[in-house]
Amino acid sequence: MKREVISLQEVTFTYAEEDTSVRPAIQSMSYTINEGEWVAIVGHNGSGKSTLARLMNGLLFPQTGTVRVFGEPLNEHNLWDTRSKMGMVFQNPDNQFVGATVQDDVAFALENNGIPFEEMVERVQASLVKVKMNDFMNSEPHHLSGGQKQRVAIAGAIALQPRILLLDEATSMLDPQGREEVLQTVRQLRAETDLTVISITHDLEEALLADRVIVMNQGEKYAEGSPQEIFERGQELIDLGLDLPFAMNMSRLLRAQGVQIVADHMSEEELVNDLWTSHFNK
Amino acid sequence: MLEKMIFGRYIPGDSFIHRLDARAKLIFVFLFIMVVFIANNWITYGILLLFTFLIIRLSKIRLYFLINGLKPVVFLIIFTFLLHLFFTREGPIIFDWKFITIYEEGLKQGIFISIRFTVLVVLTSILTLTTTPISITDALEILLNPLKKWKLPVHELALMMSISLRFIPTLMDETDKIMKAQMARGSDMTTGSMKERMNAIVPLLIPLFVSAFKRAEDLATAMEVRGYKGGEGRTRYRKLEWVTRDTLIILSLVVLAAILVYLRN
Repeated sequence: MKREVISLQEVTFTYAEEDTSVRPAIQSMSYTINEGEWVAIVGHNGSGKSTLARLMNGLLFPQTGTVRVFGEPLNEHNLWDTRSKMGMVFQNPDNQFVGATVQDDVAFALENNGIPFEEMVERVQASLVKVKMNDFMNSEPHHLSGGQKQRVAIAGAIALQPRILLLDEATSMLDPQGREEVLQTVRQLRAETDLTVISITHDLEEALLADRVIVMNQGEKYAEGSPQEIFERGQELIDLGLDLPFAMNMSRLLRAQGVQIVADHMSEEELVNDLWTSHFNK
Repeated sequence: MLEKMIFGRYIPGDSFIHRLDARAKLIFVFLFIMVVFIANNWITYGILLLFTFLIIRLSKIRLYFLINGLKPVVFLIIFTFLLHLFFTREGPIIFDWKFITIYEEGLKQGIFISIRFTVLVVLTSILTLTTTPISITDALEILLNPLKKWKLPVHELALMMSISLRFIPTLMDETDKIMKAQMARGSDMTTGSMKERMNAIVPLLIPLFVSAFKRAEDLATAMEVRGYKGGEGRTRYRKLEWVTRDTLIILSLVVLAAILVYLRN
């Protein structure tokens, strides 16, 4: 059994504490994330998934229930310590770039945590190599693409050598190429270290990469399971305002046209394989 | 739009002046402003010009950029020159025609003042042309550090400055985008009376402010998540190194001051 890194128990959070007519942003959420897992939290806009991210690193505190990080309840005393073990990447590439150049930005979190100069130089270099941005050390943010900026943000997060990487819609403002760059970087990091990744997204393609998917709806947990289990729900997900992955959508449409395909396909490759062999199966 | 707006722009390079510690350059310019006032005759002003010319050569900055830097103050220089020319009434008359009378002392003072202005502007331009804004910010933070005793929030001011510098291009792009979006909706910002044009700026400023506040909020969150809790206990990634050449440049100024004091009237 792997160690738990984050667990929520019966967490409820509302932005309008006095006004009971407003539906809480999060309602009695409970889940546990274990070390080394990649968990995707999906949901349409306003389903409470970003609030969830903020609850997990103490930007917000729940009204009821507890958030435990590394087995300890999150509170004001261990807040900064917890944050130093949890890297976070936000949605807008521009609005999280603090430094004047790429290397300054990567060093920002290290400076905040009082890392000595010599070690800082090494760590900045190493983190930039990991996200393949080491050729851009001295570039200024307005000369970088969105995908590059997000990779710098990831470098800034991993420079502190955190155990958790929290991606809050980190790919949603990027073009397909930028998104691929960022996801590729995360995959690579996971292969090299036992980093726990929590990605909050409404992109189901991204959710496919995860070990486990949690579906949010109206501030509550709607479903939880492996990507296969979740996507088998098909129409239900569409009703929740989510988009199915492209390959899955495609096989549904093909079947609707009377093409004989066996099942819903998760990846483009599976679909293509099934299509070109379908003739022989008859 | 971006290109036009950049003042005091940094020109990358690897000259002697580029490599100087930003603190040395700041102190240098500050002291130079005082040294300039020692000069009071032809020979001392001549030495000042020579010294400035030497610094220009050392910085390897093309004259074009320096002349560009002078443009905004040309009017001021000419104005003070004329003021001295016409209103100083000392020494022999060198020119007299109808109501215009020019005295020798007037011409001399006019030229001196113009030289004083020019060398000051040129040397400050060299400071900004050869130093990245972020290094200037760092240098200011270190140099102003003693003022912390008097409760001046030096670290916060420096951080504010560096964040503003970092967001200038971002907000410029944004302004450009909003301007195009408003123009596409029929807003006219380039014609009409002064009042009409001022009114046309309002639909540009409001979205810009809204987005700037949104960005500020996001940035504050991102900074908090990355462990920013004020200047206490922070280390610095940027190191400024004071080496022999930095001491030398300050010493050169001391020598200059000594020569000027010796040669002045």
